[in-house]
Amino acid sequence: MCTTCGCGSNEVRIDGIATHDHPHPHEHGHDHQDRTHTIELEQKVLAKNDALAEHNRTWLAERGITAINLMSSPGAGKTSLLERTIKESGRTISVVEGDQETAFDAQRIRAAGARAVQVNTGAGCHLDAPMVERALAELRPADGGLVFIENVGNLVCPALFDLGEARKVVVISVTEGDDKPLKYPHMFAAADLVVVNKTDLLPYVDFDVERLSDDARKLNSKLQVMLLSVRTGDNIEAWISWLEELAISRNSHAVR
Amino acid sequence: MHELSIAESVVDAVLQRTGRRQVTTVRLQVGRLSGVVPDALKFCFELATSGTALEGSVLEVEEPPGRAHCRSCDSDFLMDDLILLCDCGSADVEVTGGSELQVLSVEVA
Repeated sequence: MCTTCGCGSNEVRIDGIATHDHPHPHEHGHDHQDRTHTIELEQKVLAKNDALAEHNRTWLAERGITAINLMSSPGAGKTSLLERTIKESGRTISVVEGDQETAFDAQRIRAAGARAVQVNTGAGCHLDAPMVERALAELRPADGGLVFIENVGNLVCPALFDLGEARKVVVISVTEGDDKPLKYPHMFAAADLVVVNKTDLLPYVDFDVERLSDDARKLNSKLQVMLLSVRTGDNIEAWISWLEELAISRNSHAVR
Repeated sequence: MHELSIAESVVDAVLQRTGRRQVTTVRLQVGRLSGVVPDALKFCFELATSGTALEGSVLEVEEPPGRAHCRSCDSDFLMDDLILLCDCGSADVEVTGGSELQVLSVEVA
């Protein structure tokens, strides 16, 4: 077999492609001493994760559940936003909480009145589709409700892993600075909505909302930006309406 | 450090195809816009392959550049980052390459 291109009489082609028609700039007929075989895979590295994410998506759709993957740096206010959402949304909410360690956030969510399952990733820096599959089985979320998947606080790694969610939401707080979209472009390129939290602190920090919005849209022209303060409740109604419209559109889509 | 998960996914994907055969080389395609850092991946690859049929294998990484197509001026251009902006000033740009993250082929003994 030719180890340059993998063709030859003893070739191993596990993907079932027995023939190929690319040009052969190298000579054939040479002897190989190393007796290695080339196996063509041409397989996406994250194929297994993506297949399980699709499985999660179907599982959720069959139950009329709308899932949102909530991502941010640590401390941007994901859990606080969820506590407020549980109190103000008319929908049944369940939460998959992701953190490296502790069940602090799941305890907060349960205290706010919603079902929650804590996933501790240990050394892991993000949630993946297999973790979410197991968490959903444990969580048993209500049909027709909202499921929030609160990812591990990290603006880098969670961007790459599809979990089966309907939408990806990035939360950023004004104390973090307005330069985050260009510093963490993959996260903003993957997101559907950016929630800018802690707007009650805007008078005290140098955070240019315009700059953040402009930079985020350079990466993702369809990205929506929503300003609110979880602490004061300012503009929370915009977030609740966004969720409501999303849930309605998902369910009407599922019925069709 | 998602590169460790990526490296573990590579090992899983390869083992599924190669079974118990000793793997000597793994060829990957890691696009420049994929969000994966090849050097970090190479470091993690050693950890992820330890004790498997891929242990000691050579990791070869192809890094296709970022490519885009501008719908406004109908031109194709190279992208160094994820900013969707053509030289003509249009942001109506579609990424056409550089997001690849796949196992191309492996050599087995």
